[in-house]
Amino acid sequence: MILLQQIALVVGMTVVTVLSRNMFLLSRKPMPLPARVKIALRFAPAAALAAVVAPELLLLTPLGPPWVKLGAAVIAAGYFFARRGILGTILSGMVAYWALSWISRTWA
Amino acid sequence: MTTVHRDQTLFAQPALREGMRDMRAVSLGIAAWGLVTGVAMVKSGLSVQLALAISLFVFAGSAQLAVLPLIAAGAPLWLILGTAFCVNLRFVVFSAQMRPYFEHLPRLRRLVYGYLIGDLSQVLMIRRHPHPTGDPQQTHYFLGVSLANWIAWQVPSIIGILTAQHIPGAWGLAFAGTLALLGIVLSLLADRTIAAVIVVASALSALLFWLPLRLNLVAAIIGALMVGMAWEAWSQRQLASSGRLLDGTKP
Repeated sequence: MILLQQIALVVGMTVVTVLSRNMFLLSRKPMPLPARVKIALRFAPAAALAAVVAPELLLLTPLGPPWVKLGAAVIAAGYFFARRGILGTILSGMVAYWALSWISRTWA
Repeated sequence: MTTVHRDQTLFAQPALREGMRDMRAVSLGIAAWGLVTGVAMVKSGLSVQLALAISLFVFAGSAQLAVLPLIAAGAPLWLILGTAFCVNLRFVVFSAQMRPYFEHLPRLRRLVYGYLIGDLSQVLMIRRHPHPTGDPQQTHYFLGVSLANWIAWQVPSIIGILTAQHIPGAWGLAFAGTLALLGIVLSLLADRTIAAVIVVASALSALLFWLPLRLNLVAAIIGALMVGMAWEAWSQRQLASSGRLLDGTKP
């Protein structure tokens, strides 16, 4: 990336942060929202994050066979549902990822 | 009271200290997430300077992680920013929830407080002060929570950025960023409609991955939103009740 693109990226993403977190704080005037927009607000973050995560888990597997990442994700999700907490989710997923990579390398 | 005087006494406020204490109790998870984000940014190919600028200015972990694959794939800027905005739409909901607490403040203060809104600071604020009263104690508490959140995020993030190049690529630490995002997706799983939205978005995004410019994201988000809205409309008709759309959002 050239410098100009990097600056545009940082400025643009900062504007996105400021805009999204201040949407209802910019003005004191009441801001009624149509019901459809409220529904979109509720679903969009989950949709966007899932759309980013899914190909990373299902398709982009440069290290080892696809089941390595997917298996690690299943174990991390299992931890999340059992205990909650982002720290344990990351740790359990990484340990599973290393273990499954090692197994796939040794057995293949 | 002059502004200078107010700012000097602000950090002596017991409510501010209480907020910092409450956040410190849950800061380990934030710190881990910050560290992972810092490492993942550099491991996915960003320069140290760019990663530092993003960490300090953008200050939005899930959006930062979400755009990494797009930047690596050379996606156009509008798609990168659009994805970041979609991921950040939960903050729009938070800003609506925080509005009654900050309404009485001058605009600049409102904007600074708004910029500091985070997932956990918002949860702690609503838990500690469920009813906005306009009492300065409440905004002091929010500031305490948010400052502790900022420190608990930025320090590990910067450490991660500065040490990432010394961590071997074979450790696959960029995957930790994906796992952090997975955890956030799962934490958003409040009801069956959101589960359907997540399944549809995942399936469309993976099936349409062959599209250029990572346009699979656009198709996946639009498709999932349409399914979510249709599902919601159907269950609304089933329940024949309304008015709990925003309340149904899990903080």
